[in-house]
Amino acid sequence: MTEFNLFSKAPNGELHTKWEEYKKRLKKLAPEDANKYKVIVIGTGLAGASASATLAEHGFNVHAFSFHESPRRAHSIAAQGGINAAKNYKSDGDSVMRLFYDTIKGGDFRSREENVYRLAEISKNIIDQCVAQGVPFAREYGGLLDNRSFGGVQVSRTFYARGQTGQQLLLGAYSALSRQMEKKKVVFYPRHDMLDVVLVDEKAKGIVTRNLVNGKIETHSADIVILATGGYSNVYYLSTNAMASNVTANWRAHRKGALFANPSFTQIHPTCIPVKNDFQSKLTLMSESLRNDGRVWVPKKKNDQRKPTEIPEEERDYYLERIYPAFGNLVPRDVASRRAKEVCDEGRGIGPTGFAVYLDFQKAIKEKGEDFIREKYGNLFDMYQNITNENPYETPMKIYPAVHYTMGGLWVDYNLMTTVKGLFSIGESNFSDHGANRLGASALMQGLADGYFVVPHTAMDFLAKEAPLMKDITDRPEFKEAKDKTEAEINRLMKVEGKMAVDEVHRELGKIVWDKIGMARNEAGLKEALAEIPKIKEKFWNDISIPGSDKDVNQELEKALRVKDFIELAELMAFDALDRNESCGAHFREEYQTEENEAERNDQDFKYVAAWDYSENGNPELFREELKYSNVKLKTRSYK
Amino acid sequence: MNVNLKIWRQRSGSTKGVLKSYRLENIDPNISFLEMMDILNIKLVKEKKDPVTFDHDCREGICGSCGFMINGRPHGPQKATTVCQLHMRAFNNEDDILLEPFRAESFPVIKDLSVDRKAFDRIISSGGYISTNTGEAPEANSISINKEYADEAFLSSACIGCGACVAACKNSSAMLFTSAKVSHLSLLPQGQKEGKDRVAKMVATMDDEGFGSCTNTGACSAECPKEIGQVNIARLNQEYISSSLSSLLKKKE
Repeated sequence: MTEFNLFSKAPNGELHTKWEEYKKRLKKLAPEDANKYKVIVIGTGLAGASASATLAEHGFNVHAFSFHESPRRAHSIAAQGGINAAKNYKSDGDSVMRLFYDTIKGGDFRSREENVYRLAEISKNIIDQCVAQGVPFAREYGGLLDNRSFGGVQVSRTFYARGQTGQQLLLGAYSALSRQMEKKKVVFYPRHDMLDVVLVDEKAKGIVTRNLVNGKIETHSADIVILATGGYSNVYYLSTNAMASNVTANWRAHRKGALFANPSFTQIHPTCIPVKNDFQSKLTLMSESLRNDGRVWVPKKKNDQRKPTEIPEEERDYYLERIYPAFGNLVPRDVASRRAKEVCDEGRGIGPTGFAVYLDFQKAIKEKGEDFIREKYGNLFDMYQNITNENPYETPMKIYPAVHYTMGGLWVDYNLMTTVKGLFSIGESNFSDHGANRLGASALMQGLADGYFVVPHTAMDFLAKEAPLMKDITDRPEFKEAKDKTEAEINRLMKVEGKMAVDEVHRELGKIVWDKIGMARNEAGLKEALAEIPKIKEKFWNDISIPGSDKDVNQELEKALRVKDFIELAELMAFDALDRNESCGAHFREEYQTEENEAERNDQDFKYVAAWDYSENGNPELFREELKYSNVKLKTRSYK
Repeated sequence: MNVNLKIWRQRSGSTKGVLKSYRLENIDPNISFLEMMDILNIKLVKEKKDPVTFDHDCREGICGSCGFMINGRPHGPQKATTVCQLHMRAFNNEDDILLEPFRAESFPVIKDLSVDRKAFDRIISSGGYISTNTGEAPEANSISINKEYADEAFLSSACIGCGACVAACKNSSAMLFTSAKVSHLSLLPQGQKEGKDRVAKMVATMDDEGFGSCTNTGACSAECPKEIGQVNIARLNQEYISSSLSSLLKKKE
């Protein structure tokens, strides 16, 4: 068993000059020297596309892989609300320090101080970069950039492009990437699934992929591998993630020695369109920005069957405004979600299932006019109406929390390198910046910070200390072994020949994870999950059916390879949630709550990052990275 | 509700395709079109038959992955809607529904309803960007942009690259797609420096990829799920003419 010393490698010194000073000390390579190295990037969403483009600009030869047909299809594209930056354009007292503090506090003091400060610092450069690329952010009539507010903060620092900010930022990164493709500095491999990382002398030197068009198992070697493969919300089956978002690349890296940190920190987004029936394939998010003008409420009475418009003001409970007078409808996501669950569990939920609450725009429409609301949220309202067949200008939206983002991910040090040398992880795929809860409009910020401004520097430093391979080394036995294993696994899957579709097993898994490792967890439930998940695994390996050939496009095989890893991940999530005998951020253990039903954190015993080592036999080993705070005081979060 | 589906089945680009019939009964009209396809596929898997391959991912109408012909129209009957946002309530009980891949020479079939749209990426690669390296950008608010222009640029940039415009066009022209990117960048001051070069390169690539020419029928905008307007094509033409003129002048010099 390897012993891991989880040293963050965060440099010493003053918080606000740390990154700049550190950057000066990092080793550099001139473009002609960088040209000797090859870098593999997996995933071309915000983090992967921005990293690939920037590394190529520095002279590296980048080989970028995606299971999508084009980088522009990555799920970053679906982010709606915005991207935070401490520009203080509104002169409302914002600053890097304030963004840093909001993020640390929002994450319920379970993230690394140095990483979060760096993120806040870089946020300003991101906006400059995106504007230079031509990202059409919303502007004021005077021609300057507009901002809006988001949950968990009291300043206005969110830059946006209607409800399509992720799309516009991704298209920006994609354009930078396309420019490097034209220059032949980036080779893009579309429709490729990464199925293994190859280690040579304990360093990541390549990957195994499956070509999704012809089924070919291929190997590729490089000097380093960067994973930018997003989050794992689809372990819940129903989530707001795109259908194909998966944990496979990360999980395969985990099996090769990359520790997986805080897997149970998963974010449940409060404003999603509620589940309507059993055929539901995914959930749709309604941007958090709607809470700027929308008011959340349920009837005061239980089982109130009246239409919302027939319920008079005095019989409505605007519970967020009531419980949290200071932040009101703009409390952080975890708080808003848990309170929605609470009122529904009390029997005051609305709609056919009773698992929904209202998000009401009547007041805003009356005060600011329908045109104002349309200008700000038009596309979201249209989307809502199209899905639900209800007009939100006339009747309040029905919303319910749904899984949306995963704060957990591969453990990385300050350089964003995993516990495997030469294997980096950026964007949502790592655990680094959001602690136990992410604030709205911070995912785009982190993806682009890692990709444009952090990993190009830290990866260059790593490479500058390594002799370049200068050749293809896929003829080495390590590659052959990894390829054989992948082929054997696919053969085994194709031979199961049961009677269930992969989706059916996935749905069963998702139900367990949602019920037991969802918005609220407890010891008994988590132990039940640990007993039930192995049964799902058995079912998977005995009952699934994959028609067709593996030498051809086979979307059922693609799903099976992903669900197989989700099942193993679910188990690790349960172990992690069980270990953490406290409530913090999105991790709410029912045993640990205050009299007012707020999360009860335990800094004495749990002020650590839980990083897990893979175990074949279901006994993952825990390594702890103690979190140290020298610039903030740990406080109980309060949004009252 | 019950539906009678006729679906184009084609194992790969190198084999011939055929239409096959499938019937689904008791479909909830409130499910989405792709959820109906999921039900069909689960049924096929259970019968040990090859499920229908189609591209899809976000199911929120933004990633641009989905798209095929439904009764001869890209993304089906509903205006400004991608297939993934289409719901079964847009159809009637016992409707016949014909599903085919986008038909265009530049979009070869991969399998069943899935086509290869890499040609779009190559059009973007040839010039659909502003040349600026990471870290070289000036302070964001040092560039002031008229709100009207910024909003217009956004509308052009809202294109999701699904290919419906090409499928809707009798000439399989990629004019709407290309012009949306040209417009987006040429409307912004940052994009103007490279404007002339950009439009020339992108149009040349569009032609090289085998897309047909534009005859201004407007079918593309009518079927575009994001309602990208014809004004983009006018802007491209304007940019193209000014680009051609200035290269002509250069030659004379």
